[in-house]
Amino acid sequence: MNTIELENVYAGYGKSEILHGVDLEVPAGKITTLIGSNGSGKSTLLRAVLGLVPLSGGDIRLEGASVRGMSRAELARRAAYLPQGKNVPDISAGRMVLHGRFPYLEYPRRYGPRDYAVAEEAMGQMGIGDLAGRPMAQLSGGMRQKVYIAMALAQQAPVIIMDEPTTYLDMGQQLRFGKMVRELAQEGKTILMVLHDILLALKLSDRIAALEEGKIAGCGAPEEILGAGVVERLYGVRVGTLETDRGIQYYYDMG
Amino acid sequence: MEKAFGAGRRRFRCLLWGGLGVCGAIAVLSLCLGNIVLAPKELFDILVGRSQGVGRSILLYARLPRTLGALLAGAALSVSGAVLQNILANKLASPGIIGVNAGAGLGVTVCCALGILSGIRVSLAAFGGSLATVLIIFFFSRRTGASKTTVILGGVALNSILNAICESITVLDTDVAMLSIDFRVGGFSSVSYLRLAPAAGIILLALAALFTLCNELDVAGLGDEAARGVGLDVGKYRMIFLALAALLAGAAVSFAGLLGFVGLIVPHFVRRLTGNESGRLLPLCAVSGAGFVTLCDTGSRLIFAPYELPVGILMSVIGGPVFLYLLMRQKGGHRNN
Repeated sequence: MNTIELENVYAGYGKSEILHGVDLEVPAGKITTLIGSNGSGKSTLLRAVLGLVPLSGGDIRLEGASVRGMSRAELARRAAYLPQGKNVPDISAGRMVLHGRFPYLEYPRRYGPRDYAVAEEAMGQMGIGDLAGRPMAQLSGGMRQKVYIAMALAQQAPVIIMDEPTTYLDMGQQLRFGKMVRELAQEGKTILMVLHDILLALKLSDRIAALEEGKIAGCGAPEEILGAGVVERLYGVRVGTLETDRGIQYYYDMG
Repeated sequence: MEKAFGAGRRRFRCLLWGGLGVCGAIAVLSLCLGNIVLAPKELFDILVGRSQGVGRSILLYARLPRTLGALLAGAALSVSGAVLQNILANKLASPGIIGVNAGAGLGVTVCCALGILSGIRVSLAAFGGSLATVLIIFFFSRRTGASKTTVILGGVALNSILNAICESITVLDTDVAMLSIDFRVGGFSSVSYLRLAPAAGIILLALAALFTLCNELDVAGLGDEAARGVGLDVGKYRMIFLALAALLAGAAVSFAGLLGFVGLIVPHFVRRLTGNESGRLLPLCAVSGAGFVTLCDTGSRLIFAPYELPVGILMSVIGGPVFLYLLMRQKGGHRNN
């Protein structure tokens, strides 16, 4: 079953069209990663799924319902979003996670015991239960990322959309992040994200969709994408594979 | 766990109740002190209708409207500044920056140039000027998608245009310059119930509306993309907050004149005490702003008695150095700014 379906999608900003007839299916409970060079339309695609970019053609369905005309709260209940450039607000980590419950509030919007319980559970799941009272500005990049993911979990949306979530993380944090995303997918979350680190994308993803100039240049399992030479064509870099007792490992083939 | 999420709640309650107590004490001082000193017992007797002397007239027709005006203007301008700083993600934002004060100033200058000098009409002109500025900002925001930077830059441009028109009128007509100077410095010496009543109604309603929208204000502060990600219609709410902040400032300016500085320094001071969560920030800003302006107004009446120093000047003299001290102490304190 597909959680997100893009059908012949055209979208962009004002008169500048970025996506030119994109067809893509994102299966439920799997990790799908978008790759492609800068300006290929990866972030625009994510934003289009979230209704943040108007569609000039085609349609996008989230759990079977078209995003066209869907309210912001309804979209937020279906898909949680971790944007690329995130503000660091002057609030506590606990309050930040609690705001993940915002789409479920009715006016006058006040958080209730259930919201606190869900936020607490999300923080516990990310192993940051003791950070509830700490100001966001005092946390490291890795800790903040955990807070943002806990906020997305508190949103209880079946889909989590992330735009370059590893940008501000060091290598160790990136690997721990990868493990965390795997666990989320195993728990049934559908993950759609953009990654610039091709090796991490290959290692982590169930499916990879490659974008080139606003069109899908290839889509499939990591081995299929590599086999079709899509990565080499997009980036001009060869990626080699190595069979090990811990599965397939990927490396840049420098020749 | 709710306790952990609400860390500092006890401290906030202490600050709020303590602040209300201090604010109440300042208000009583403001009612008692002046050229004729009223003892607290006399004050009580007048308020319950047991005293009919000169003191009664002084209290009911001069000091009470003046104190109420100072409390309301302080609360309104401080909350307006805090909301603008949050919604525009700029700690330098204040009612002055988006042109609200300049709009009110133009209203008064035009009024003076037309020879309209009665208090209520001048107040209405100031309020009309602020409201017209709000409407221009409102339509400008809607046309430009209400982006934060565009609203600030548009406000700065609008400020400049309105000030230029104002200056042109005062240069061409020196009588207008003399008449509008009181308004430009700001003060409460001519506040009456008639001038206060409509503005008070607007201020109380706008404050009540903002106190119910604290979570929306906090979510808007997460950044446009993150706020939309949790379901907030950012453009719509930014315009609502801009309108409410401008209404508060416009209503205050209509009877108190241009007291812009309070909207900048009080929110900074309160943030240091209670953090940035609007549910705590806004009520404490209201109480602190009310107390600060009333204290300054009382001081302005007493320091050079029987002469009166314009409260705007005293506020800048006290507030300026305190603000500079706070800025020096927070060196490197905001990693993300």
